[in-house]
Parts: sequence; structure tokens; C-alpha cells
Amino acid sequence: MAITSSNQNAVAVAPAGQRFRKNAANVIKRPEIGSIGGALLVFILFFILAEPFRDPVSWSTILYQSATLGIPAVGVSLLMIGGQFDLSVGVGVTTSSLAAAMFAMQVTGDVWFGIGFALVLSLAIGGLNGFLLVKTGLHSFLVTLSTFLMLQGLNIAITKLVTGNVATGDISILPGFEVARTVFASDFNILGVSVNIVFFYWLLFVALATWVLLRTTIGNWIFAVGGDENSARAVGVPVDKMKIGLYMVVGFFVWFLGMHMLFSYTTVQSGEGVGNELLYIAEAVVGGCLLTGGYGSAVGSAIGAFIFGMTTQGIIYAGWNPQWFMFFVGLMLLLATVFNAWIRRQATQG
Amino acid sequence: MYRSSRLLRLAGGTLTAACLCFAAGNVLAADNESGQQLKFAMVTHAQKGDTFWDIERKGGKQAAKNVGAQFIYSNHKAAGKQVTLVENAINQDVDGIAVTLAHPDAMKSVIKKAHEADIPVVGFNSGVAEWHETEANMFIGQDPQIAGKAVGKKLNELDAKHVLCVNHGQGNKALSRRCAGIKKTLDGDYSLVYVNGQSMSSVRSRVIAKLQQDRSIDYVVALGAPYAMTVVRSLPKLGRDVQVGTFDLNQSVAKAIQSGKLQWAVDQQPFLQGYLAIEALYLKATNGNTIGGGKAVLTGPSFVTKDNVDELLKYAKQGTRG
Repeated sequence: MAITSSNQNAVAVAPAGQRFRKNAANVIKRPEIGSIGGALLVFILFFILAEPFRDPVSWSTILYQSATLGIPAVGVSLLMIGGQFDLSVGVGVTTSSLAAAMFAMQVTGDVWFGIGFALVLSLAIGGLNGFLLVKTGLHSFLVTLSTFLMLQGLNIAITKLVTGNVATGDISILPGFEVARTVFASDFNILGVSVNIVFFYWLLFVALATWVLLRTTIGNWIFAVGGDENSARAVGVPVDKMKIGLYMVVGFFVWFLGMHMLFSYTTVQSGEGVGNELLYIAEAVVGGCLLTGGYGSAVGSAIGAFIFGMTTQGIIYAGWNPQWFMFFVGLMLLLATVFNAWIRRQATQG
Repeated sequence: MYRSSRLLRLAGGTLTAACLCFAAGNVLAADNESGQQLKFAMVTHAQKGDTFWDIERKGGKQAAKNVGAQFIYSNHKAAGKQVTLVENAINQDVDGIAVTLAHPDAMKSVIKKAHEADIPVVGFNSGVAEWHETEANMFIGQDPQIAGKAVGKKLNELDAKHVLCVNHGQGNKALSRRCAGIKKTLDGDYSLVYVNGQSMSSVRSRVIAKLQQDRSIDYVVALGAPYAMTVVRSLPKLGRDVQVGTFDLNQSVAKAIQSGKLQWAVDQQPFLQGYLAIEALYLKATNGNTIGGGKAVLTGPSFVTKDNVDELLKYAKQGTRG
């Protein structure tokens, strides 16, 4: 209305200015805007405090750590936007690598069958999580806490049963290992810095998830299911199928990281992975996903993972007293998250 | 209603099946027991799925099998939970308890309880400095500080300038004593880094980060076999010549020593620890013996190098050395 009361010239320029303001407001209201602030804070801090942090070679390690933390977080963020939790992700990664290693070594003698078997298994575990959730009507926290505990037990018990030990044998002796390693765990040399292939997969996965979320019907449905399940159902969204599907997507990412772990470390200890599920959830939350669902982004989860990767590596690069390691990790995350929330508040108010 | 009752029935069925399995297992155990079979419990602070602890367990199991006793194994890394597990063993009225003393203070009262119930207790693996205070009857294990000192001396011989100790369990007494032992006898510089033992990608990233941060480090010492292997595999990324040695052994470590990728491993013979702990309890129960004469019985350190690894490898392959 202000436009009509002003003079003729203003009427001509207003729409353009308005569009710009609207675009700027849209950018600033994106879920990940706060986490970018947090990431910048952590980056600047370590850039000043830690000399090796400035060395491009160190970035190969920082990016590697961020990517291995970030790949499951892509799935977890989609799931959280859809309003669900998954606590079974951390041990799920170990389940997948154990399954691939044992199936390949004891059953087929070829790594690719192991890889395929693990994929089917991981998707099935995801599907089972979703199925149990839909059928029992329990909170996803409880359902996946149960599968988390069961998988933890199965990982150890079945490994012991099959191999007689609690770790799998060395898979690098099997045919197909070298090719699989190239696919899942090879290193690239870029401008003198060696970068692991998981970093590129990570970028690809984040881009794909972002495209699905923002440009497809399925993306709309994910937001709708997480925002208000009943109204989503009322407008015809297949809510149950969406939930099961989202858990299977998480299963895919879990499988992928599991294969990377297997082919870069060649043996798997059955007790690994416990505790990582909380990191993946933390990354999604730091990156702007709401714990209640319906809001968030995949890019945000990547920035969350990047904050965590920079923090754990930066503390070592800064040469801080190792006894204080976990304290510093916690403190840095808290600072980054508080700063992130503050920026988001400023952005949404302005 | 129909659906929920079907679910219930399914759950009930599974539960019954599970109970039946357990019952069958117990019946079998009771069968060869003929009323007189001895029962020994082993309670450790092991993290789940750790290779080293699996070998300890195998040792105990083998000893129990050899003397025809029943073997009950349980583990939890948290002190409080481990105490509860020892209490369970007392309630099961076992003839002896082998317990790791990684948390010696927490174990004091429960060991007293065992004595009140007339059950002998042997401490093993960890707690060499504190086992006397806990009033355990005997102790079998390696002194981590002595082992650490031996490693420090070895590193002096090998002319190490700056050694990095990689600790995969922050807050674990035995692990920090190993590093402290190295620091004590080492002539060169010493550094320490903590890694997350339940995430290999963190082991790799943090060790490489430390080596990038301090370029004078020329020797890395890992405190467990799987972590040593991850360090060895990550080193080519660094583009610098760094040597690696490790505490404890497994098949991959033995092979890596053979091929020269790893320099040496300190063997504390976990199979022997588990085995002797149960054997000592058996001798106590059947013959009144006390091993060690009031002193700890040591199972290490011995060094595995390129010279003696071949012989070890065949035992490592069957999973009883490491």
C-alpha cells in the first residue's frame, strides 16, 4: 500500500527492490544460515590458533573426517525433517561392514556379493525400523533404540558364531578387493592435496538430497509428514510408505559408509560404531533440523558435520592438552550451536 | 484388536522359543555335571567386540574345559556394572571368580562379599599395582608400567627421536600407565594423542592430524593391535618416514611385522592370563594352592619382532595368541 501513496518514479522501481528484499529474506530464512555462522566461528578460531590448520595438506584430513561423519547425517537429516529419529545408525554401519565381510569371506569368496548382500540387509533393517514404527505406533526413539540394542548384540554374537573371533578376517585377500577399494575408498590428488573419494560422494549425496527436498513432490511430502502427519494424510500423502521409505534411505547411507569403512580398514571389529548415532543427530540439529520435524535441510547437516570435523581435528592441530580433548569438543560444539541459534534468531526477526 | 493379539501371540511365541533354548542349554550343562562339577566365573571390564578380550576369554574357556569345570563369562566396561556382574557370580555360588581390576576401588567391597561367601578371587590383567588393597587372593597379568618402561628402553635402542603414544581409551588406568612407562625411560621427546577406539575413521584422522601438527615425530606407539594396523595403513598419506610399534598382537599385526610395515609388538599373552586365572582358581579349589607367593605372576612383556614372528603366526592364526 505504501507504493501507491508514493510518486510515479517509485512505482516503477519498487517491484525490483521488493523482489530483491524477498529473495534476501528467503536466503536468510534458510535453515542452514545459522550453522554457516557456527562453521565460520570455528574456522576463524582455529585459523588463528592452530598453525597446521592453515596448511592445505591438513585439509585432506579435516575433509575426510567431516565426510565420514557427514554421509549418514544426510540420511538422518531427511529422516528428521520427516519427523523421525534413528538411533540404530551408528552400529548399523558396523552391521553393514560385518555382513559384507563375512558373506564375502565365508559364503561366496567374492567381495561384490558381500557388498550386494550388505546393501539388501541395510535396506531391510531400515525397512524393518519403518515397518515396526508404523505397525506398533510407538515413538521412533523407542523403536530405533530397540533395534540399536539388538544390532549391537547381533554384531558381536553373529561375528563370534561365524568367525570364532570378535573381528572379521582380512578381506584384502579376496578377488575384487582392489576394484571395490577404488570405488569406495580411493584417494585423489588435487593440487598436491590428497582427497579421499568419500568426500566427493558426500557432496553428491548432499546435492541429491537437497534437490529431492526442494524440487520434487517427494520432498514436499517429507516436509508435510514431519510438519503435521494428520493433515498430510488428509491431503493424500502416503504417510506410512513415506516413513518406511525414509528409513530405507538412511539404510542406504549406512551401507555406503559401512562399505567405505570395510574397504579402507580391511577388517571390522564387531564392537565399533556405538555412540556415533548421537553425532549424526547432533550434526543434523546443528545444521538447522528441528527435533520436532518439518523443518531443516541436507546442506545444514553437511555444515554440521563440517563443524564437528574441523573441531576434532582443530583441537589436535592447536596442540591443546590431550587430557582436555573431549571437553574442548563439547565446548566448541556448544559455542557453535549457541552462535548458530543466535544468528538464526537475528535472521528470522530481520 | 485382532491385529494386536496376533502381534502379542507372535511375541509370546518368540519368547517361549527363546526360553526353551536357554532351558535346553542348561539341561545339557547339568547333564555332564553329575552334581559335582566346579563352576568358575570370569568377569572383565572388556569393551564389547574387542579382539584382545576375546583371546582372554578363550584362554579361560580352554582352562575350564581342560579341568572339566563350567565356565561363566561376563563383561562390562563400566565399573558399576562390572560390580553387579561379580555379585551375580557370587549369587550363582561359583567356586572361584577371576576378575580384572581396572577399577580396583570399585571392586573392593564386592571382593569382600565373595570372601564372606567363601569364594576365592583371582585378579587378572589389570590392577597390578592395587590388587593387594582389594584383598584378591592372587594376581596374574602384565605390569603396564614395567611394559611401558621396556618399550621406552627399546625405543632408545632404536634411536627414536620423538615418540607419539596413541591412547584409544581416555581414562583407562592400564593404558595411561603404558604411556607413562614409555615417557619415564625414553631419552627422546614424547607426545600423546587420544583417539576414539570405537571409530576407526577417528583413529586415522586424529593420528594423522597429530603427525601433521608436529613434524618431528618419527615413531608411533599404538596401545592395541587393530589401532596399530589403522596407523600403518594411514601412513602413506603422510608422505614422511614414520616407524610404528604396538602393544598387543593379532594376526594382521604378526603379518605386518613379517613384512616390515610394523617394527615390533609387545606381547602380554592374554590367552595365558585367562588360562592361568582359571587354572589358579582350580588349583585353589581342589588343592588349596596359592600361585605367586603373595606377589603378582607376570605374563609379559615379551617383544615380537621380525626374528621370532614366524613361530607365533601359526598360533595367531588360530586366534589364541595376540
